[in-house]
Amino acid sequence: MEEIYKELQKIVGAEYVSNHAEERFMYSRDMGTMLPSMPDLVVMPDSPEEVQKVVQLANREGIPIVPMGGGLVLSGLTRPLKGGIVLDMKRMNRILEVNEVSRYVLVEAGTSQGMLQAYLKRHHPRLKHSCPDAPPIATIGGNVLIHGSGHLSHAAGFHSDMCNGLEVVLPTGEIARIGSCSTSPYWFSRAPLPDLAGLFMGWDGTTGVVTKLAMKLYPDRPFNDARVFITADPDLVPDVINRLAGAQVGEDLNSAINYRPGRTNVFPIVIITYGAETKEELTWKRNLIRESVRKYIDERTGGFVPFPPDRRKAFLQAPNTMLTQFADARRGGGFEYVGSIMPIEIFGDAYRAGVQISNRFDIVNGMGARVIGLAHCMMFFFGYPFNRADESDVERAREALEASNEAALKLGGIPWKAEAPAQQQIIKHMDPNTFELMNRIRSVLDPKGIMNPGNWEVN
Amino acid sequence: MEYAEILHRCFRCGYCKLPSDYTDLNCPTYLKFRFETYSPGGRMWLLRAWLNDDIKTSPRLAEIFFSCANCGNCIEHCVFPEFKADLLNAFVAGKEELVNEGAVPPSVRDYLQAMSLHGNPYKLPEAERGSWAEGLGLEPYTDQEYLYFVGCAGAFDERGQKMARAVAGLLKDWGVSFGILGAEERCDGNEVKSLGEVGLFDKLARENIQVLQNAGVEKIITLSPHGYHAIKNEYPGLGGDFQVYHYSQIMGSLMEKEKEFKNDKPLRVTFHDPCYLGRHNWEYQAPRNVLNALPGVTFTEMDRTKVNALCCGGGGGNFYTDVIGSGVDSSARIRVREAAEVEAEVLAVACPKCAKMLEDAIKAEDLDEKLRVMDLAEIVQTRLG
Ligand SMILES: Cc1cc2nc3c(=O)[nH]c(=O)nc-3n(C[C@H](O)[C@H](O)[C@H](O)COP(=O)(O)OP(=O)(O)OC[C@H]3O[C@@H](n4cnc5c(N)ncnc54)[C@H](O)[C@@H]3O)c2cc1C
Ligand code: SF4
Ligand code: SF4
Repeated sequence: MEEIYKELQKIVGAEYVSNHAEERFMYSRDMGTMLPSMPDLVVMPDSPEEVQKVVQLANREGIPIVPMGGGLVLSGLTRPLKGGIVLDMKRMNRILEVNEVSRYVLVEAGTSQGMLQAYLKRHHPRLKHSCPDAPPIATIGGNVLIHGSGHLSHAAGFHSDMCNGLEVVLPTGEIARIGSCSTSPYWFSRAPLPDLAGLFMGWDGTTGVVTKLAMKLYPDRPFNDARVFITADPDLVPDVINRLAGAQVGEDLNSAINYRPGRTNVFPIVIITYGAETKEELTWKRNLIRESVRKYIDERTGGFVPFPPDRRKAFLQAPNTMLTQFADARRGGGFEYVGSIMPIEIFGDAYRAGVQISNRFDIVNGMGARVIGLAHCMMFFFGYPFNRADESDVERAREALEASNEAALKLGGIPWKAEAPAQQQIIKHMDPNTFELMNRIRSVLDPKGIMNPGNWEVN
Repeated sequence: MEYAEILHRCFRCGYCKLPSDYTDLNCPTYLKFRFETYSPGGRMWLLRAWLNDDIKTSPRLAEIFFSCANCGNCIEHCVFPEFKADLLNAFVAGKEELVNEGAVPPSVRDYLQAMSLHGNPYKLPEAERGSWAEGLGLEPYTDQEYLYFVGCAGAFDERGQKMARAVAGLLKDWGVSFGILGAEERCDGNEVKSLGEVGLFDKLARENIQVLQNAGVEKIITLSPHGYHAIKNEYPGLGGDFQVYHYSQIMGSLMEKEKEFKNDKPLRVTFHDPCYLGRHNWEYQAPRNVLNALPGVTFTEMDRTKVNALCCGGGGGNFYTDVIGSGVDSSARIRVREAAEVEAEVLAVACPKCAKMLEDAIKAEDLDEKLRVMDLAEIVQTRLG
């Protein structure tokens, strides 16, 4: 490894490679419940060419390589399960181009969500990107490649749907371009070409290192508001969501439930945010939203919670810091969630499964859902806070998460950004031919098996 | 270790790396080194790992801890209200442990050695502490209204001395009743404390308190925000209660009396908030009042300002120990690029350490033709005629 260390120093500069115990410790873990796994080296490249050289070296020597953005997935996907190199991508954070008319931005993969947000606010105040509620240091690359979602996902789908194209360093070291940018100087879409972006999305860094991405931008409206609907019956939520979505005015549509073992009446809330060009338009949209769920208001089975406007504004905060603060619920610095992509109609069942798991493990459960598209599906999450200083508490959260993964799969959902053990649970449910196809693709792309090995594999 | 009980509560979410609008990295050491270990959250996790014996004492660990500039950005932007106020206390406690083990970077060792042997980092005789004032005709403190306290940088650093003299000159011109301690002044100890050498800080602070009390001082004007911070917030705990002002806080009211500024040539000025005046003591307005009151001066804010200001990289002893080091990603260089971006001709400062750090950065960035550093008092002086 000493030779490799020296070669890496030549590629990225001595100060951006480390084999020190401190970095190896830090990059061996994330904030979730997965056990640590040490890298041999941490490397911070500054350009696609540097990434290319690092990958070529790793490919030549058969060294595992794990791309990392913010390292915020919580499910341990940036732990190098088989050692090797962690490639911290956050020095590659340049915003390369904004096309105002065709509404896209081209960024380096390590650009943080926060930096893009601030840049657009300053230089293109009429445009915004869909920001996840992850801490703002999360990267565009890391988030898109795991099919993230955020504040415009109700209007426009997964963040991977908003991606117009990629530049990627393949595991064998070639640089490839995917989408319109492969054929045209513009990064306007992935259509009409064969959609090769799928080779890199949802693979958890096991098929290549993405160096650039173009993301769709959307109007940033001057007037914004949020409405909060509450109902006592979780089984009504799918229809409430479906109706609210049907109004086609919302940008983000979420549900939230906080369950503590021993509590009986927990009412889910549904939050819809929307924007408008004028105050009149805002009122008009507000009325459309109200009308969409009038049935429940008339029947008195649900209604809007009358928050004052400044409280409602908290729901518009992007990213919303509340989710992060959940980590201190047990004065403990940790939480992890099983997000699972599910059809809307099983909301009630997912909720009950969450309550049951909470009671079984005697653990607080922050549940909720982000609606993707016009109620086309949802990311339903079961989140458990834990005390990092208490190993038994961490273990309890780990077990609750495993049970949540199982429950999600049983209900017909699929765990999202799944940790290595959960990937194996998914594979068990998967059509064997699909998994076989995945393996075949992977062996073509990565003949030496160097990319984030241990993920999307069967032990 | 004190504050050990909060270490595990850090989620390592990284809000603390950024300013409130997330524009860019705002922790000077993370900005420079870029490994997670050098971020505030990284420090929290490493410290816990070190106390739990999961990692050992090493030069790297020492570098990580002693490069912290004590700028307070992490305290400002951490999203966990229950423990954020103690982040820096925990880092200083960590440094204290490392000092006790003797595990400090060589430049920190040299600095602390110079401090205990000579009483100042410049290794100069303490008898020369008052020489900055030569030729100004300042009076030793007897029973004037204020004591003017300049600190080590004001007393010994060439750039600091110029600033100390400019402030003294103005105070004098404006007829403020003040005196100085000259060779009797001791280091305020702020940097020693921020480097975890708490025993030495205690000694220095008690010596100063004794001298100040013996002289009957009640009101103090400091040149440096670092001294301001130590005397205002740390000395009371050791029995030294004084009314402390940073010089920028005194200038506003004095300028109101100024009838006529003779020079009103247009000048485009931006201001760099010093961490120990700003984030540590919430004084953002006084320096701005000064600049806004000057005829001809167009005051313009940089992107990162007030609570979001980017530290010059000189805090936490780094002015003397330079553990952060230079390079294109050093915060001083980024800061002067920011000042140039808003097309300022003058980058105004209110701290002798910022003055030197930023002046060096201007040279390194080849911006000498476009931008110069001036302290508030120097700017005011040029406007007077
Ligand atoms: C408090 C909190 C709230 C959250 N809320 C949301 C939310 O609202 N929406 C949401 O979508 N997520 C959310 N998340 C999950 C997480 O933040 C996102 O997964 C995050 O945006 C991922 O980005 P990252 O840069 O941290 O990726 P990382 O964790 O660094 O990486 C994710 C995966 O992508 C791979 N990868 C990273 N960069 C590259 C690259 N350049 N090329 C190839 N592979 C790469 C990694 O190997 C890894 O497998 C939340 C997380 C937290 C802690
Ligand atoms: S110090 Fe606060 S903001 Fe920073 S990583 Fe830790 S918890 Fe997050
Ligand atoms: S005080 Fe400043 S330099 Fe030190 S960790 Fe906090 S933000 Fe970084």
